[in-house]
Amino acid sequence: MHRDLVRLLPRRHLAVCLGAAVVAGLLVLVQAELLAGVLSGRFAVGVLGWLAVVIAARGALGWIQGVAAGATASGVKSELRHRLLRRFQGMSPAETRSGELVTLTGRGLDALDPYLTGYLPSIAVAAVVPVAVIVRLFAADLTTALIVLVTVPLIPIFGALVGMTTKAVTERQWAALARLGGHFLDVVRGLPTLRAFGRARYQATVIHDVAGQHRSATMRTLRVAFLSSLVLELIASLSLALVAVPVGLRLLSGSLDLTTALLVLLLAPEAYLPLRAMGTRFHAAMEGVTAADQAFALLEGAEPAVSRPGVVTERVPEIRLEGVTVRYPGRDDPALIDVSLTIGPGERVALVGESGAGKSTLLHVLLGFVTPSEGRVLVGGVDLATLDLERWRRRLAFVPQRPHLFATSVAGNISLDGAASPEEIRAAAVAAQADVFVTDLPEGYDTVIGERGADLSAGQRQRLALARAFCRPEAGLLLLDEPTARLDGRSEAAVISATRHLAEGRTAVIVAHRPAMIALADRVIRVDDGVIK
Amino acid sequence: MTGVVWNRRLLVAALAGSAADLAGLALIASAAWLITRAAQQPELAALSVAIVAVRAFATSRGVFRYAERLSGHDVALRAQAATRERLYDALIPAGPLPHRGADLLSRMVDDTDAVQDLLVRCLLPAVAALVTGVTAVVVAAFLLPLAAVVLAGGLAVAGVLLPAATAALARRWTARLAPARADLAARTADLVHGSADLAAYGATGRALGAAAAADDRLAGLERGQARVNATALAAGVLVQGLTVVIVVAVAKALDAGSIATAVLALVSLVSFEPVLPLAAAGERLTGVLAAVRRLREIEATPPAVPALAEPLPRPEGPLTVVVEDLVVRHGDRPALGGVSLTLTPGRRVAVVGPSGAGKSTLLSALMRTVDIVSGTITVNGVDLRRISADDARAMMTGLTQDPYVFQTTFRDNLRLAGPHAGEEDLERAVREARLDAFADRAGWDVQLGEDGRTLSGGQIQRLALARALLYDPPVLLLDEPAEALDETTADALTGDLLDATRGRTTLLVTHRLRGLEEVDEIVVLEDGLVVQRGTHAELLAEGGYYRELWDAENMIRDT
Repeated sequence: MHRDLVRLLPRRHLAVCLGAAVVAGLLVLVQAELLAGVLSGRFAVGVLGWLAVVIAARGALGWIQGVAAGATASGVKSELRHRLLRRFQGMSPAETRSGELVTLTGRGLDALDPYLTGYLPSIAVAAVVPVAVIVRLFAADLTTALIVLVTVPLIPIFGALVGMTTKAVTERQWAALARLGGHFLDVVRGLPTLRAFGRARYQATVIHDVAGQHRSATMRTLRVAFLSSLVLELIASLSLALVAVPVGLRLLSGSLDLTTALLVLLLAPEAYLPLRAMGTRFHAAMEGVTAADQAFALLEGAEPAVSRPGVVTERVPEIRLEGVTVRYPGRDDPALIDVSLTIGPGERVALVGESGAGKSTLLHVLLGFVTPSEGRVLVGGVDLATLDLERWRRRLAFVPQRPHLFATSVAGNISLDGAASPEEIRAAAVAAQADVFVTDLPEGYDTVIGERGADLSAGQRQRLALARAFCRPEAGLLLLDEPTARLDGRSEAAVISATRHLAEGRTAVIVAHRPAMIALADRVIRVDDGVIK
Repeated sequence: MTGVVWNRRLLVAALAGSAADLAGLALIASAAWLITRAAQQPELAALSVAIVAVRAFATSRGVFRYAERLSGHDVALRAQAATRERLYDALIPAGPLPHRGADLLSRMVDDTDAVQDLLVRCLLPAVAALVTGVTAVVVAAFLLPLAAVVLAGGLAVAGVLLPAATAALARRWTARLAPARADLAARTADLVHGSADLAAYGATGRALGAAAAADDRLAGLERGQARVNATALAAGVLVQGLTVVIVVAVAKALDAGSIATAVLALVSLVSFEPVLPLAAAGERLTGVLAAVRRLREIEATPPAVPALAEPLPRPEGPLTVVVEDLVVRHGDRPALGGVSLTLTPGRRVAVVGPSGAGKSTLLSALMRTVDIVSGTITVNGVDLRRISADDARAMMTGLTQDPYVFQTTFRDNLRLAGPHAGEEDLERAVREARLDAFADRAGWDVQLGEDGRTLSGGQIQRLALARALLYDPPVLLLDEPAEALDETTADALTGDLLDATRGRTTLLVTHRLRGLEEVDEIVVLEDGLVVQRGTHAELLAEGGYYRELWDAENMIRDT
């Protein structure tokens, strides 16, 4: 069992789920008892009513088990998901595991379902019911009990034995199957390339041949691997024969009564069933364990946030970088090397240089996304490292290189924290020259955009991001990362005039490529390989 | 022919599965008969057949089950392979697929797995359950007709009504769960991809709250679904148990005798075993059918360019390509609004312009992966639409957008563009694309990973260029070879490819102007129209978009 995962389990739901599963398993004994009695004639026909009650109870317990299992699974998944989502909060934009997180938080965790709803209850049942059956058989008929007692352990023993010998082979084969799927996906994804070189049709024959070879190899393996289930099946059914035939012969001699004989016939299979059920659920459950391992690995290394009391008093403070060097983990060369720079209040600075030179990193330092490994940043004389970042960032208006549009309304995208009034949002959009196209959208400011929403052009997205910045009239420092990248001439003109307006009365640090944007600045600073000139 | 063989295999799998379940039924029936008959203390000889039967059925059940699992997997693997082949065949002619994301492609490949489930988890179990159920009812009918009616009723409820109900409910729940899942996925993606925006605007907490709310909604729905599934499971247990109770009551009331009663009871009990799992199969069936429907839709999508009944032979020798008044649409959006262009043998033409101007669409039209709305493309005077798409691409191809790196060796990744090329051809292409340093260092047999993870962006573009040079088409098309590269790499690559294409008929699409003084003609596209054309010197002198872009490029370099 998975220790970290078990610690997360909602105790009450789990207890109800396992309890219901075990009691329902034990009721099968009562059911066999009653049925055997009625069939042998020991009990009156009226006892069938009690049998119906037992069956109804089994049904009810099965329902309770299913509901509790569902609650357990969704509870665990929610808890893990909430923890994973909170993990994002501490991540800097440079962190690389984002894709993995998105996948795992989505469908990845669903792999836990078979483990929690199938495997865990089956373990509980397998631990209790066979023992109960054997105890009852000992009370009823010693010979049968001994036969079952000797053969039942063969199921887990053979299961483990055969599993061990065929495990490597089977796993290799399943890996080959996954590779086959991977090969097909690879070919489909590369189809445009294959088509360009006239190789698309040829690959069809490759797909056919690879699948054929794979199938013959798989079937060779399976012929051996399925022997394990053949053995288990044979143990279970031959044990029944082993029990039934001697019982019949002893009935013949009169040394056994019919009720006991029928009870034995009904009960014996129930000793094997839970163990085999557990075995069949094992494989699917292991995928869940893998998912849990991934989740816990990602959750490790989450650092608690430290509260920082520092506050900047001026609305438009002076910014001073002193010998700032930034290193990203896993990269040899520093992104910024010994940068010293003073930006006066109200000054407009353009950062130019080739991509990857460190311009964006400089903005991220000012935002507090990355912490300098050497040197310090002073904002109005206060060290940025001691500032309350939440409050500091409220003084900033930032437009990233690739602004993200969220799966919400236009208004929600402009006022991300939801604090602005509709009038303020509209005013910001007008200032960013975004109002023009927003009012053309089907539902205006209530139109849902983002991944699944209305399609906006690159220029329109950029102007919405600028509107976000405009929606912070109290901001004293403007940080823009290539606001006109990927824009055509007309959009660019609109964005530049909006930016000029936005920069009035504020300090502005603008990463710029286009001449018109550079022309906005009082001072142009060139960044080359992490060094400013 | 293959269909017949395939059907026979399916039949074998179904028979083996049915035989395994029947053996289980017969095992319990003969054991019950053996015990109740023995209780009447007849001669031993009267029991011998039953004793043999019990042992025989006990053994054969396992053997049949083994046969079923083997033949079932064989059929499933064959079905999956056939589905994938059919899907691939449908994808070969360029359809709307290049515009689909990688996720959609993965999902499509996952869908081909669903066909396996359809057989192994739905169809084969249903057949075995039907055979077993019918047999049980027939056996019961011989013993006591009224009990057979009761059993038939119970089996019908568990095997038909319950699965139908779970299938219908699964459809309803999927309709509610799918949007909830999508919502959670979108919120999660927002949190991850928009983390910078959220942090800068102090909105992370709000976004976390929205994601948590989406998760709560999904968890609530999942709990609801678990309730529905639990109800179906419980209903199965009830139907099975109550059927047995009623069968026994009827047998007792009609005085069927102890042997018949016991056999009836146990046959009824066991006959439900293959039937009860059908409720879960019904639920799975909904997803499987949706997957099958999606695949059918893809297969039914007409190709972007209609296939020709009688294509003309493709022109030979040096090719002159004339594009006249070309109009192409993407959906209802015009992508090219009347573009004209001439490529004569040995001439190099560059197409520049902002993103979305229609540059790549022009190449797609030449490669026949999008259809022409109006205007013409002729190759040595022959209308391109009368030549098969495969032949068109044999004449005009090269470095396409988003070149793909296959999960195979470097050599095979290159060789796909020249399967019959000799070693020296491969080496020359690699040398001309300036990839020889990489080939020497990493080796020709280095495995390139998923998405070419072992290659840098520049190396991927160089690999694509080497492929294009190896294929050596009469007209070489190059689509943004310097896309996504940093300035230094882009400059180096542009220089190299201008060297390598000297004297070849080339159409180069680019958004970078450096080096274009070497090409014979530059065509500036904006919004699907030609706004400027001429040599580098002429366009610089003329002013306008080209001049502006050139100044901007220089400004960034030289400040």
